[in-house]
Amino acid sequence: MISQIPALQVVIPLIGAPLCIILRRGALPWLVALLVSWVALAMAATLLSQVADGTVISYAIGGWLAPLGIEYRVDVLNALMVLLVAGTSSIVLPFAYKSVAKEIPEDRHYLFYSGFLLMLTGLLGMAITGDAFNVFVFIEISSLSSYAMIAMGRDRRALSAAFTYLVMGTVGATFFLIGVGLIYAVTGTLNMADLAERLPPIHESRTVLAAFAFISVGILLKLALFPLHLWLPNAYTYAPSVVTAFLAATATKVALYLLLRFGYTVFGADFVFNIVPSSEVLLALALAGVVVASTVAIFQNDVKRLLAYSSVAQVGYIVLGISYANVTGLTASIVHIFNHAATKGALFLVMGCIAYAAGACRLESFAGLGKRMPLTMAAFVIGGLSLIGVPLTAGFVSKWYLVLGALEKGWWPVAVVILASSLLAAVYVWRVVEIAYFRDPPTDGPVLSDPPLALLAPTWILTGACVYFGIETSLSVGFSEQAARFLMGGS
Amino acid sequence: MLLILMLIIPLGGAVVISMLDRAPNLRETATLLTAVILFLLNIVLAVDVFDGARPTFEIAGFIPGAPIMLGAEPLGVIFGLIASGLWIVTSVYSIGYMRGKNEANQTRFYTFFSVALACTMGVAYAGNLISLFIFYEALSLSTYPLVTHHNNEAARQGGRTYLGVLLGTSIGLFLFGVLWVWHEAGSVAFVPDGVFGSDANLSLIVPMLALFVFGIGKAGVMPFHRWLPAAMVAPTPVSALLHAVAVVKAGVFSVLKVTTYTFGIDLLAVTPGTDFFLWVAAATILIASIIALRQDNLKRRLAYSTVSQLSYIVLAAMLANSAGIVGGALHIASHAFGKITLFFCAGAIYVAANKTTVSQLKGIGRVMPWTMTFFAIGAISIIGLPPTAGFVSKWYILQGVIDAGQPAIAGVLIISTLLSAAYLMPIVYAAFFQVPEVSGAPSHGEAPLPILIALGASVALTFAMFVFAESALKAAAQITGGI
Repeated sequence: MISQIPALQVVIPLIGAPLCIILRRGALPWLVALLVSWVALAMAATLLSQVADGTVISYAIGGWLAPLGIEYRVDVLNALMVLLVAGTSSIVLPFAYKSVAKEIPEDRHYLFYSGFLLMLTGLLGMAITGDAFNVFVFIEISSLSSYAMIAMGRDRRALSAAFTYLVMGTVGATFFLIGVGLIYAVTGTLNMADLAERLPPIHESRTVLAAFAFISVGILLKLALFPLHLWLPNAYTYAPSVVTAFLAATATKVALYLLLRFGYTVFGADFVFNIVPSSEVLLALALAGVVVASTVAIFQNDVKRLLAYSSVAQVGYIVLGISYANVTGLTASIVHIFNHAATKGALFLVMGCIAYAAGACRLESFAGLGKRMPLTMAAFVIGGLSLIGVPLTAGFVSKWYLVLGALEKGWWPVAVVILASSLLAAVYVWRVVEIAYFRDPPTDGPVLSDPPLALLAPTWILTGACVYFGIETSLSVGFSEQAARFLMGGS
Repeated sequence: MLLILMLIIPLGGAVVISMLDRAPNLRETATLLTAVILFLLNIVLAVDVFDGARPTFEIAGFIPGAPIMLGAEPLGVIFGLIASGLWIVTSVYSIGYMRGKNEANQTRFYTFFSVALACTMGVAYAGNLISLFIFYEALSLSTYPLVTHHNNEAARQGGRTYLGVLLGTSIGLFLFGVLWVWHEAGSVAFVPDGVFGSDANLSLIVPMLALFVFGIGKAGVMPFHRWLPAAMVAPTPVSALLHAVAVVKAGVFSVLKVTTYTFGIDLLAVTPGTDFFLWVAAATILIASIIALRQDNLKRRLAYSTVSQLSYIVLAAMLANSAGIVGGALHIASHAFGKITLFFCAGAIYVAANKTTVSQLKGIGRVMPWTMTFFAIGAISIIGLPPTAGFVSKWYILQGVIDAGQPAIAGVLIISTLLSAAYLMPIVYAAFFQVPEVSGAPSHGEAPLPILIALGASVALTFAMFVFAESALKAAAQITGGI
């Protein structure tokens, strides 16, 4: 049984999705989704414990060995990603029950949970598979389901947001597919491990260069690196709260994983950083993204949208670490994938709590919430501090490694930009805090209070994670450093 | 073990206090009890440390090679003793003040006060540079709700400047400095000769030191002093303990600590260009004194006086000799006693007479003789005249200046003494020798008893430090291993 986990990790959520449709009544679909997600989490934890010592699990789907069949290949990096995805959905789903009941018409609940499980399947599959074409299949599964999920938002603008995402997401996926097709044409294989062996001798070939360009642009679109981020703010703003929290914590993160996987494993660091000037390109885009998106975030009047722009900036930080092309930078990136997932997950769940109580996340509806919803706003403050990168929060640890990596490279101006941009984050977080704590609540509106425990508990679990990973870093930094060395080792 | 109690006791106290919203008397008992226990623990620790013990305690692994840890040494113990001791005095004072003014949200006030003290203890006993930075930052955040206690527009504006300057300097400069030290020296430990060793690249020292001197915004070196006057929107006990003692002293303490234990005074003494910081500090001393002269709001005048006095300590640290470090450490103590007295008086006047500006104080010494006498004594100590604490510390700083061969700086210190007399003594004169503008029976009397008790205690400390100057000196001398 244990040896089948890599397949079950994807198959179980995949079976869960139609099951939700069959059991459409009442709370059953939710229960199925919850159970599936928890089982997936347990399996992810088992996988990580198996690969923690550096072993690599190879699993042939259906017994068909690579290169004919599809290989699932699990090392520390994928295992971490699988854990991140399954862990987030396990925390978010308990939150979903009440939040979805409030935000989505009852006759569509079963569709929601079914779609959610498909999204989960797609993201888990992207993280676990060792086959380049299979990655495309899972990208499509997760993307198509997330378009549908975003369109379920109760604001009508959700439809146009979903449509924009659909167009741009399809462009990204198509680019990715073209790239995969090109490398298949020159190497005759789709298996990543095989590609890693066959690509280096033909690195100078124009086909490989073109393939790399297509694949990386496709992935950068999915992970919303500035200036390919245009789909993200609307999608995050108008999607149902649960979907935003889940997507923000996982979707861009899995795309980042793909960037690492294709960059380091398939094409190889030598090709990516020495033959192609990736370092310079990524550095420029990342810095521009950090500064521009943080600045734009300051001027938002919808807090969900503000956080969405902040996500674009944070993706910039992660890509920045990759652009250093050294172990410290890569460690910073991987740590920040996790720390930011916890931070943004927590903050978007807070948005879910506020949407549950107040119906909207506009800045003015925050007036007086510090008094009315003390527990919710306290979580926001802690999450916000982590976003700024204040010590004792997870954000600080990422920033520490990010600046340290820049100093190792001798890139002083980059270090300055990183620290200066945390001040921008301080500005947009504090705008919300001031309104929540210093402005009196409107006298005519309903008297708001903290949401029920079913919403607060998941929010505070993620908030707690922000603090825990800010103090005890042996888990997060330890695994990330191991994964970074593994990638830099070239295996 | 004793060390971690320094954090647990006030944090635990905060939890207890926050649960006693319905029982104010019990709540204040909890505050006082916490303060007393904390002070006793500090005394026990001080006895150990002055006997030569150097206990450490690791809280969390944090970043490999840079754990969050506590460690006690003489400078930290001096700061810990001052902050915890004066917390008792301030707690007594707070009871009189907060009840006398009928302030709202008193539970939140006492809770965050206790949290702020925990952070202060963290600063005092930080075992390495990264821990120092963490507690320093936590102190900024935990005092924000105290500064903005009144929840109105003025509080919001003041709070914004407060946090903006403090977070801006600490994240933009201080953190950068910490990372740079870690990158250059591979260590953030506090060791008596500094972490750089003998082969240090001297050309890097000045820019690195600049990140600390300016980045530690709590030390109030110009141009990063604006947060301190902004913090005066807080209730007076906050201004007294936090913005005359705990927070500002955490700043200058950090500067002293970094110069002694990260750079090492021997290294700084041979580094060319460190004179620059002497002049920055000297300029802050003079400019802040001149601004203080022009302030009519009593608390703001005292705040600018604090900015000026803090730079005495920064200047003393930058002298990079033992007399300077000892003088700086003594000045942390003497200025704490003197300035807290003055703020207590300002609060007492506000509670009893509802007056906030200097121009309203004519003849107030006739109705509030005790308060204004205490004020005069505090003023004498800040000016630096015997028989008060201020004389002792200024004496050693001056000796450090002479040892360093800086006659011009000595001139600055003398001018600043005259300036401080110029902005403080007129208040005393007006209170006792001028006639009140409104004639007739005074509408108020002396301040509430708890306030007078607290004042008496802080004034007694001012004298005690002069009388027992020798033991204070011995304690401080341990920082640099004797004079």
